[in-house]
Amino acid sequence: MKRQMMLCLLLVLALCASAWGVQRFGPPQFESGHQLPQMTTPAPRAAVWDWIDTTVLFAALCAASWLTLKKRDRRRILGLMIFSLLYFGFWRRGCVCPVGSIGNVALAAADSGYAIPFVVAAFFLMPLIFTLFFGRSFCGAVCPLGAIQDLFVIRPLRVPGPIEAALRLFAYLYLAAAVVMAATGTLFLICRYDPFVTFFRFNGNWDGWALGVSFLAISIFIARPYCRFLCPYGVILRNLSRLSKWRVTITPDECIHCRLCEDVCPFGAIAEPVKELPVAEYAKNKRRLILFTALVPILAVGGGWLGWMAYPVLAKSAEVADPSRPLGAKMAIAAGVFVGLAAAGKLILSVIHRRQDDYEARRADCLACGRCFAYCPREQARREKCKNQNAKIKMTHQNVK
Amino acid sequence: MSEANKPSYNRRDFLRHGVWGACLAGVAGTGAILASKSRRQKYVWQVDPYKCIACNNCATFCVLQESAVKCIHAYAMCGYCDLCTGYYRPEPKALDTAAENQLCPRGAIKRTYVEDPYFEYTIDETKCNGCGKCVKGCGSFGNGSLFLQIRHDRCVNCNQCAIATACPTGAIRRISADNPYLLKDRQ
Repeated sequence: MKRQMMLCLLLVLALCASAWGVQRFGPPQFESGHQLPQMTTPAPRAAVWDWIDTTVLFAALCAASWLTLKKRDRRRILGLMIFSLLYFGFWRRGCVCPVGSIGNVALAAADSGYAIPFVVAAFFLMPLIFTLFFGRSFCGAVCPLGAIQDLFVIRPLRVPGPIEAALRLFAYLYLAAAVVMAATGTLFLICRYDPFVTFFRFNGNWDGWALGVSFLAISIFIARPYCRFLCPYGVILRNLSRLSKWRVTITPDECIHCRLCEDVCPFGAIAEPVKELPVAEYAKNKRRLILFTALVPILAVGGGWLGWMAYPVLAKSAEVADPSRPLGAKMAIAAGVFVGLAAAGKLILSVIHRRQDDYEARRADCLACGRCFAYCPREQARREKCKNQNAKIKMTHQNVK
Repeated sequence: MSEANKPSYNRRDFLRHGVWGACLAGVAGTGAILASKSRRQKYVWQVDPYKCIACNNCATFCVLQESAVKCIHAYAMCGYCDLCTGYYRPEPKALDTAAENQLCPRGAIKRTYVEDPYFEYTIDETKCNGCGKCVKGCGSFGNGSLFLQIRHDRCVNCNQCAIATACPTGAIRRISADNPYLLKDRQ
């Protein structure tokens, strides 16, 4: 009995020792004067790089806007695109990026203890402001995810409008899920399933490689699938760009209805001219508009119901990841309502026709890649004129000399 | 209404500009809120060695194929034992440095003779995968001088560390980049 007691006591002592981290073995007494090696502690990236990244993003956004709106030059846009791919993609290894920053912003909004890094806040806001002024120049030439897909646009197929609009609902769903998951500390969904970050780091699991390769393979036929059908940041940008102060114009002066631009746009972002609708059609659209407007609350409720259905699964994973911030049912329902309203908005927009005389890039869909400029005969004429003028100026200079 | 009679500034324009202004104000407002919340301070992820239970999640959950978590050695805490329980399996076949006796699945621990009876153990970080088997071995029977740390030359500092979400004891947290390691020391 006594021995057992002693054993127990010893065990308890041993446990305490391990809990307190007490040294079981004394330090060695070296007679040969052996020196202990130093622990190495490699430093993280210096903070000055954050400022450099922010400056580069600002400069790239300025350059992209200038090239798409003023210079109208696809070749230089492509150059900037490759620079962005190399800098934000391969050099910065895909992080920090505005697309993923949605997660940080959602977390900062939900968790008062989380201080969002300055550089991430800047990356989230800068493209939004630029889009309000210059349209989606960020998507065109600055986003590394867009750039890598753009290089693979080889045989783009036209996606029918309704299918495109329906597929785009995934982006709204993805945005809602990403915000909910980031806010509850479950997961940074966008960053975790970023399809190209595996390429940028040249390191990752097999699923990351498979995701990237399949997106690039799809990109050959369906141009920029991530940007059009999944990108959650694109959802914000496309809706802000509807209001942008300036926009991408295909022709420098007048449209001659040659339809060349329509053929070359891989994203189907160029809208045909719309004449005044015939009376019968107009009446039909009007009825549809009334119907779809009546559908708004139904779709919102339906979305909310879906959110409610998804709630247990989401709440469970949120609970597992971070018990301190559980997912409220209200939040899941709100996310569902958001997706429902997005669907309703799409339906309503599909029946609203505005008179339009020329071929124009739809603001929301145009990714400002600049492919259409060189195909416009009017643009060709303008360039010819510029060239001649420049040559003339040169000649006069030479004569003066 | 003919072209000439069209008002230069119509209702549609007014609405458009109004919504545009509202959006700009919204973005600016978000910016102001974020600015008030944001800190210049940079954060990095790190493992708290006193909370870590060496569960092997660090080796498998890191988004990098070779985990950014490595074992490091606090030499000042080490007893320089001949029979190191971080180096040998509990029941070695024979007392030699043969691979079947080593605890480390990658052979990342190098054992060098210093003087009788002391041996020095160094970690080859290029081989270490952060599984923490040696950490467990050293912590259970030795001084606990081996411990896991996120190496900042490898870590890409993800928004949300994938290992932190998987960590059963919440040992991984954001710490200031000015002091980016949580090192063990002789107590």
